Amino acid sequence: MHTRSNNDKAIYRKTITDRIFWSVIAVGAVIASLIMVLIVIFLVVESYDFIDRVGVLHFVTDDGWWPLDQLYNLTPMLVASLGVSFGALAIASPLAIIFSVYCVFYNKGWWQGFFERIVDVTAAIPTVIYGFWGLMVVVPIMNKFTSHGVNLFSGMLVLAMMIFPTIAMLTTSALKSVPFNQIQGATALGVRRSSLIKKIALPHAKPGIVMAMILGITRAIGETMVVLMLCGNVVQFPSSLFDPTRTLTANIALEMPYAMGDHRSSLFVTGLMVLIVVSILVIISEVYANRKRTMNH
Amino acid sequence: MKRLLSSFTLLSALVLTSCNSQTDQENELMITGSSTIAPVLSEIAKAYERQYPNSRIEVQSGGSSKGLNDVRQGTSNIGMVSRRLKPSESDVQSYRIALDGLAIIVNQSNPIEEINSLQVIDIYLGKITNWKQLGGMDKEITVVSKAEGRSTLEVFSKYFGISYRDIQAHVIIGDNQQGIQTVNGNTGAIGYVSIGAAEYEETHNNAAIKRLPLDGTAATTENLINQSYPIARDLNLVLKGKPSNLEQQFIDFSKSTDVIKYYHSHSLIPATLPTKISSNTEQSTVH
Repeated sequence: MHTRSNNDKAIYRKTITDRIFWSVIAVGAVIASLIMVLIVIFLVVESYDFIDRVGVLHFVTDDGWWPLDQLYNLTPMLVASLGVSFGALAIASPLAIIFSVYCVFYNKGWWQGFFERIVDVTAAIPTVIYGFWGLMVVVPIMNKFTSHGVNLFSGMLVLAMMIFPTIAMLTTSALKSVPFNQIQGATALGVRRSSLIKKIALPHAKPGIVMAMILGITRAIGETMVVLMLCGNVVQFPSSLFDPTRTLTANIALEMPYAMGDHRSSLFVTGLMVLIVVSILVIISEVYANRKRTMNH
Repeated sequence: MKRLLSSFTLLSALVLTSCNSQTDQENELMITGSSTIAPVLSEIAKAYERQYPNSRIEVQSGGSSKGLNDVRQGTSNIGMVSRRLKPSESDVQSYRIALDGLAIIVNQSNPIEEINSLQVIDIYLGKITNWKQLGGMDKEITVVSKAEGRSTLEVFSKYFGISYRDIQAHVIIGDNQQGIQTVNGNTGAIGYVSIGAAEYEETHNNAAIKRLPLDGTAATTENLINQSYPIARDLNLVLKGKPSNLEQQFIDFSKSTDVIKYYHSHSLIPATLPTKISSNTEQSTVH
C-alpha cells in the first residue's frame, strides 16, 4: 500500500502539467454541468410558489388555457408538442435510414461522401431559417389544398426536414460501425447486398439508429421558431392533421414578452413541462442503451 | 494556461467594471414597456445621448403592463404604455408622445374593398366563415388574432366589444410583423395590426396586404391625424411622482420637434401640435 502511493506520487510529480491540465478540464466540466443544474433550479424556483398555490391538478383539468382568467390547462399543448414531434419523426426517420443505407452501401464513385457533406451542412442551418422558408414556401403550397395553411402538418413537415440531418448523420455512423469482418464474411458466403443490409447491417446498427431517433425527437420537442411560425398557435386538441395547434415551446415564446405575475409563472411551468418530457425521453433512451449493452455482453 | 488566466482576469475585470457603472445612477434612465413604442423611443434615446453625452438611457420592451408595473414598483424611471390609461391607473402621470391606430388587413388579392364593424365582429366570432357571405370570393376565412397579453388584442377586443375568449382564430400571432407575413401568404386571411407597422411593411417590404376601410373610413395616418379613423390608441410615457430633472428633460426631448423624424420613420404620429405635424407629413410626401 505504502509503496504504491509512493509510486503514484512519483507519477504525479513527473506529470505536473498533466495535473494542472486535469484541474482545468475538471473545472470546465463542473461549470458546464452546473449551468444545466442552475437552469433546472431556476425553472423550479420560478414556478414552485405558483404550483404550490394553484395546485398541480389545475394544469391538467382547467377549462382551457386562459392565463389572464387564471385557467392554465397545459394538456392540449402537451399533446400538440408530442403529436408534432412524433409526426416529424415518423416522416424523417424512414427517409434518414434509406439515405444512410444508400450512402454507406451504394454510394460509390467520385461523389462518394458528397451527399453526406451536404447533410452535415444542413444540420447547421439556424431553425429560424427553416421556419421562414416554411412560411414562404410550404404554407402557400398548403394553402392550395386546405383553407388554413398554417397548421399541424406544415409544422410537422418542416420539423421533419430539420431533424432529418441529425438522424441521418447518426444512422450513417451507426451503419459504418458494423464490423468489417462480418460484412466481408457475408460477402464471401455469397450473401446478396440487400440481405446483407437487412439481416446483418441494420440489426447490428439498431441501437445506434434508435439513439439517433431519440436525439431527433428531443430536438423536435425543444424546437420553437419552426412551430411558432408554422403551427398556427391556437390552443386546442387538433382533431385533424390540418388543424392549427400550439406547442409548449411556442406558448413560451409567444406569451413571454408580455406576461407578468401569475401569467409569467405559468409560462415557467410550461418550461418545466418541456424539461420533464425531454427528460423522460432521455431516460427511456438510457434504459434502452443499457439493456442493449448488457445483452451484448 | 497563461492565455486562459489572462482571459479570466479580463473577464473578471469586465464584470467588475459593469458592476461599477451600475452604481452610478446620476445620469441614468431606465425605460421599460410597450413593444410598439420601444423601437422608436430607443432611437430617440440614442439621439438624446448624443446631445447629452454624459447621460445613459436604457430602453427595454416587455409590454405596456410591464411598463406600468415597473414604474409602480420603482424598478424603472419611465414606463411606455401603448393605450389610454384606465381610471384605476391614475396613480401615475402620463405624457402622450404619439398616436397609432389598428388597421383591419386582408391579402391584396382579396376583392373585398371595405368592411364594417358588424362584419368584423361576426368574422371574429366565427359566424361568417366564408368570404362569399360578404359578397367576395368563395374562400374560407382564415382568422388571424393576437396572443393573450398583447395590447393590440386588448384595443381590438375593447373596440369591437368581444371578449378575447370568444374569438374563433385559426392563427394566433405574436408581433405585427408576423401578422403581416401570415396575411401576406394566405389569400383568405384577415388580421388586425398597427397602422404604422402595416404602412411600413407595405412600402419597405412590398407586403401583399390591403388595409380595409372600416365603416367607410380609410385606415391611414391622415385619418388618424384628423381623428376620423375610429380605432386609435395613445402612445404614452408614464412615471410616478414628480419627475426628476433628467426625466422631465427626456420627456420634453421626446416631445420636441427635433425628434419628429423618428416618429415618422416608424409611421407613428407625433403628439406635438397636430397642425404642425400635418404640414410636416406633406413635406415628407413631397420628397
